[in-house]
Amino acid sequence: MVKVKIYVTLKPSVLDPQGAAVTGVLHNLGYQNVRETRISKYMEMYLDDADDNTLKTQIETICDKVLANPNTEVYSYEIVRENE
Amino acid sequence: MRVSVIQFPGSNCDHDAFYASELQGWTPTMVWHKDTDLQNPDLVILPGGFSYGDYLRCGALAKFSPIVGEVIKFAHKGGLVIGICNGFQILTESGLLPGALLMNRSLQFICQHQYIKTMNSDTAFTCSIPQGKVMDIPIAHKEGNYYIDSDGLKRLEDEERIIFKYCDKEGNITEKANPNGSLANIAGICSEKGNILGMMPHPERAAEDIVVSHDGKAIFHSIAQFFASHS
Repeated sequence: MVKVKIYVTLKPSVLDPQGAAVTGVLHNLGYQNVRETRISKYMEMYLDDADDNTLKTQIETICDKVLANPNTEVYSYEIVRENE
Repeated sequence: MRVSVIQFPGSNCDHDAFYASELQGWTPTMVWHKDTDLQNPDLVILPGGFSYGDYLRCGALAKFSPIVGEVIKFAHKGGLVIGICNGFQILTESGLLPGALLMNRSLQFICQHQYIKTMNSDTAFTCSIPQGKVMDIPIAHKEGNYYIDSDGLKRLEDEERIIFKYCDKEGNITEKANPNGSLANIAGICSEKGNILGMMPHPERAAEDIVVSHDGKAIFHSIAQFFASHS
């Protein structure tokens, strides 16, 4: 079995009101050096192991079709094997 | 006129849409999301609610329901489809309408009466509404902040596909009158051919005289008028 860490983030051009609210709170707490906060999604998916190219093709298809909205989001991922 | 109201797990405006259709003298049918038969409708309504609990993104999982494939085929053949609130989110997620509905700028669920301005009276959904008409139609959502990239916005504007914009009582389209941060105050858009409408406000909640506003009736009347003149 292989673990895939998937990060789905808003495109830089998309406003993130949640991130802005968090930044405001951090400023109130005195962390004035925080310029911006962006809230993202982190997902873990477990798949039967296969060669990297096969896995990459499948993961990217899943991200394009389901996990990320191409209008507003981009994604990245890492394939992690337990013995690594 | 035959209307199919699609029910997803988590839909909660399905009965309102059904009832509003009955008030028009139409023949509505509830269609379960796992069905593959649309029941030969003249109009499909994707109702409001929280399909699949709004998990992942609003409308993102509903688009894979078997019936949505049939709705897409129906829409591509020119069939009339209206998506209200969560229905609008499903239409954008399924690619039938461009753009996306993001979380409200205020991060709050907003449930209130809202004025919207009719920007285009030359559609199946607005043909009996005068251009520029201001209507009071309730909104109830947390993810209604319409977003599209600048090229997409230009295309919507050039093709007059922005059907409703949030405004104040006098019809001024201002930042203050924008409840959720939607780009260009967009409350509703239609498809290229004009047969698919997505809107965040709920006309089915303003469709009879006993409620505070009955401005939503104008949208149902338009659909009826369009259907009568095209059948």
